[in-house]
Amino acid sequence: MNRGLALVSVLLFALSLMVGDSVFGSAPLSIMVDIRLPRSALAWLVGAGLGLSGAVLQGALRNRLADPGLLGVSGMAGLGSVIVFYWGWSQAFAPALPIGGLVGAGLGVAFLLVFAGRAPSGSALILAGVAVSALSASAMALALTLAPNPFALAEITFWLLGGLEDRSLTHLALAAPPMLCGMAILLRLGTGLDALSLGEDAAASLGVRVDSVLRLAAIGTALTVGAGAAVAGGIGFVGLIVPHVLRPFVGERPGGLLVASLFVGGCLLTLADMLVRVVPLLLPVAQTPPLGVITALLGAPILILLARKAAP
Amino acid sequence: MIGLDRVTVTLGGRAVLHDVTFHPRVGEMIALCGPNGAGKTTLLRALAGLLPKTTPADPRRVAYLPQNAGSAWALTVGQIAALGRIPHGDTADAPVTLALRQCGIEALRAHRVDRISGGEARRAMLARAFATEPDVLLLDEPTADLDPAAAHAILALLKRTAEQGKTVVVVLHAIDLALRYADRIVVMRQGRVEADLPADRALPALAQAFGLPFGVDPSPRLLPPA
Repeated sequence: MNRGLALVSVLLFALSLMVGDSVFGSAPLSIMVDIRLPRSALAWLVGAGLGLSGAVLQGALRNRLADPGLLGVSGMAGLGSVIVFYWGWSQAFAPALPIGGLVGAGLGVAFLLVFAGRAPSGSALILAGVAVSALSASAMALALTLAPNPFALAEITFWLLGGLEDRSLTHLALAAPPMLCGMAILLRLGTGLDALSLGEDAAASLGVRVDSVLRLAAIGTALTVGAGAAVAGGIGFVGLIVPHVLRPFVGERPGGLLVASLFVGGCLLTLADMLVRVVPLLLPVAQTPPLGVITALLGAPILILLARKAAP
Repeated sequence: MIGLDRVTVTLGGRAVLHDVTFHPRVGEMIALCGPNGAGKTTLLRALAGLLPKTTPADPRRVAYLPQNAGSAWALTVGQIAALGRIPHGDTADAPVTLALRQCGIEALRAHRVDRISGGEARRAMLARAFATEPDVLLLDEPTADLDPAAAHAILALLKRTAEQGKTVVVVLHAIDLALRYADRIVVMRQGRVEADLPADRALPALAQAFGLPFGVDPSPRLLPPA
């Protein structure tokens, strides 16, 4: 299963290099390397990170509604990036951009763990998430309004809905290392998350250090989602959809979902980004839709479905 | 061997265990009985080393099954039992299969735990504890909300396990089951051990702890399976 998903990832990545703004098929090497390669690689990495951190958050919080976008973690990461970017800190020191993102994401996760508790009921978690989301969105609008850069507010769509337009190899080089570190941390949590299915006491009695699992889940999510949102904005719903779609096929064991969620998340966002790129070729529209619109169109119905199931 | 020596536990400013000394013996099935809030669960968690400032018990030797044990995810019975191998860090199949057979749910191995009966799900949790191949089993109300036949079956299984040289400590609300299956009954009230007696002599202490009269009741009742 995972091998097949890896193969599909490679094929989609190759296809993604072929799909361009104006032409299908071959393009000058410079376009392939400088424009499509970073964009495709970021699409796959950001999607994979969101899918994986969704699976880990759901396992750690024992709640199938957990998703970095829905819970405001992506929004907080975007807020951190906005502050660093428009106040010029990232021009002075380039890695400040992903660092701003992961500090924001870290604050978001920490707030959720403190405010909603460790095994929150569906409603407590969603309420906390809505609070974080709303707070981060309005703080972001405020930050963009106050920013010394006069064009900042015009880019609010990018930060709220995400996108991969004009991402360069520099963005890839900045975001990939923390994202890969975060993924490496998250992928090692399988056994701990499996044990946590039985509750914290039972997991502790199995020799699992529950505190350290939760802490690593928060750190890994902050690294992955934070660095991702710093370069791709707040793309929502991927972490919610991916584990949900996978469970009927790979079962509900949290540890068994991690690798599959990584690959399917990467494939999903690669596909969504290709769709974004071909829309202007197929439809008479002047602008490409933001990437987050595609994932929200897929994710919102699934969220409604899950919320109906979770309601008492 | 696990045990407690003069342990006092305070949770949220309230003493939930008061100067408790408790040592289970190998091959013994011990029932912890007492009114709600007597400290039975706390005693069990202290034995497992799950309370703050207690040393965690060796997870390969001591298996603990919490009250209302359930699974957040719809795992299969086999997956639940396999979680018992986590302390050993292996995926050995033989102990898992044996545990499922001992608990009488080998045939349900591939079934999802949310699609079987409450009694079967409880056995799946028990199989998880058995799969660890522990020397000590600490079980908090393993028969709560089970029908009488299922409750008798699980306690008979625990009794056999104790007789095979394991130590079984079980919190029980059903006094009749405790009297029938336990070797020793520890009666708790308000955080203290009020009595620690062989099961055949425990009834007066139990009656006192619960504030209930006791006597011979000739009314018809269900008997355990032969």
